[in-house]
Amino acid sequence: MISRFFHQLGSPRYFYRFSGRLIPWLAVPCAVLMLAGLYQGLVVAPPDYQQGESYRIMFVHVPSAWMSLFIYIVMAAAGAIALIWHMKLAEVIAISSAHIGASFTFLALITGSIWGKPMWGTWWVWDARLTSELILLFLYLGVIALHNAIDDKRTAARATAILSIVGVVNIPIIHYSVEWWNTLHQGPTVTKFDAPSIDIRMLIPLLLMAVAFKLYYAVVVLMRARCELLERERNTQWVTELVESK
Amino acid sequence: MNSASSSTAFLLLLRRDLVLAFRRRAELMNPLLFFVLVTALFPLGIGTSPELLKAVGQGVIWVAALLASLLSLESVFRSDFEDGSLEQFLLSAHPVTILVLAKVLAHWLVTGLPLLIIVPLLGVLLDLPGDSIKVLMLTLALGTPVLSLIGAIGVALTVGLRRGGMILSLLVLPLYVPVLIFAANAVETAAAGLPITAHLSMLGGLLVLALSLSPLATAAALRVSLS
Repeated sequence: MISRFFHQLGSPRYFYRFSGRLIPWLAVPCAVLMLAGLYQGLVVAPPDYQQGESYRIMFVHVPSAWMSLFIYIVMAAAGAIALIWHMKLAEVIAISSAHIGASFTFLALITGSIWGKPMWGTWWVWDARLTSELILLFLYLGVIALHNAIDDKRTAARATAILSIVGVVNIPIIHYSVEWWNTLHQGPTVTKFDAPSIDIRMLIPLLLMAVAFKLYYAVVVLMRARCELLERERNTQWVTELVESK
Repeated sequence: MNSASSSTAFLLLLRRDLVLAFRRRAELMNPLLFFVLVTALFPLGIGTSPELLKAVGQGVIWVAALLASLLSLESVFRSDFEDGSLEQFLLSAHPVTILVLAKVLAHWLVTGLPLLIIVPLLGVLLDLPGDSIKVLMLTLALGTPVLSLIGAIGVALTVGLRRGGMILSLLVLPLYVPVLIFAANAVETAAAGLPITAHLSMLGGLLVLALSLSPLATAAALRVSLS
């Protein structure tokens, strides 16, 4: 039953219909959570004892930084699936993710830079996490550039899949090499297992925003994948029927 | 296929590539010239005071070596791709990873090794002390093979493209970062008089990792590029 469901999901036509119905179910919770998170973060959460009000950019900055890594891993996993099982849908998801991931990485860099100006007194420092985020952006851009350079979409998908898997092996190495090289960034305050060193009133909006960002990614990746699928399958019967019925 | 014939294939391909390279001796000089030129541009661009050159010299040499190895990389698979022998390699009964390894090794021997040999000369140009030059050569000896191995993946992905050069650097340069950081760190630490065994171990580790994983990725990428 379940395996049949996944099997069907692999067919572009079925996926198109299914994702069309799924998107509203993801978009509404995303909007609700984002509004709640923004309200909690911008109004309810107390000002930081050291950073005052300006820390509030964290509610955008930190989830974007999490997403930037998460999406890279999703992209590489989708790429691996595309390489191993030659699944068209995974190829589409992988390249759709690349654009969104690059945007999140860019957002994390920009918000970090805006946050850094009042806190560290400079827009940019060669700090470890900033540097590894910047390199992550270059890795994304490399994937996108390679995809654009190859005309045949299926070859392009397989080539970018290999590149993103190589990137995944390299990300921890890059991360730790720059970490040991130079760090100024504040240490992690959420993932300490015993007791997070962050106030609970700040933690709740942060987690709300994180979940909202995840849902946002799910919505946008499905939308992009639908467009990409229509473009790739434009010569098939189901797309012709779809266009004619509109 | 038994292992003996695979190692024969490795040696034969290595020998073939070396012979091909030495038949065109003039081209062997190009990456070297590039390396020297880029290094010579820096004093012209940032000023010639000996303290400044001492401070940035090692980094400059490393970055120049990185760029030289990147530029020379494009030729690893190019001519074999154009005359079709690359397809024959993929069709042959030997593991493609072994053949890739032979090609990369041959390439490193003709483009990476000469960089190492010329480093003392550049060190003199940039007014570096003898100890720094020694450490520099050690890090280059460990680092440039990693650059060639990682770069081979990028070349394999872009070999079928008409204008692969620009994309190649976009793909490969971010992956070069760890090597550059560990190497530059080692040189800096050595200049401060501290032991650098940790840095050298990390570079060696990267070399082993690249040696074992990158031929697999390169072989897969070649299959995609030639499909």
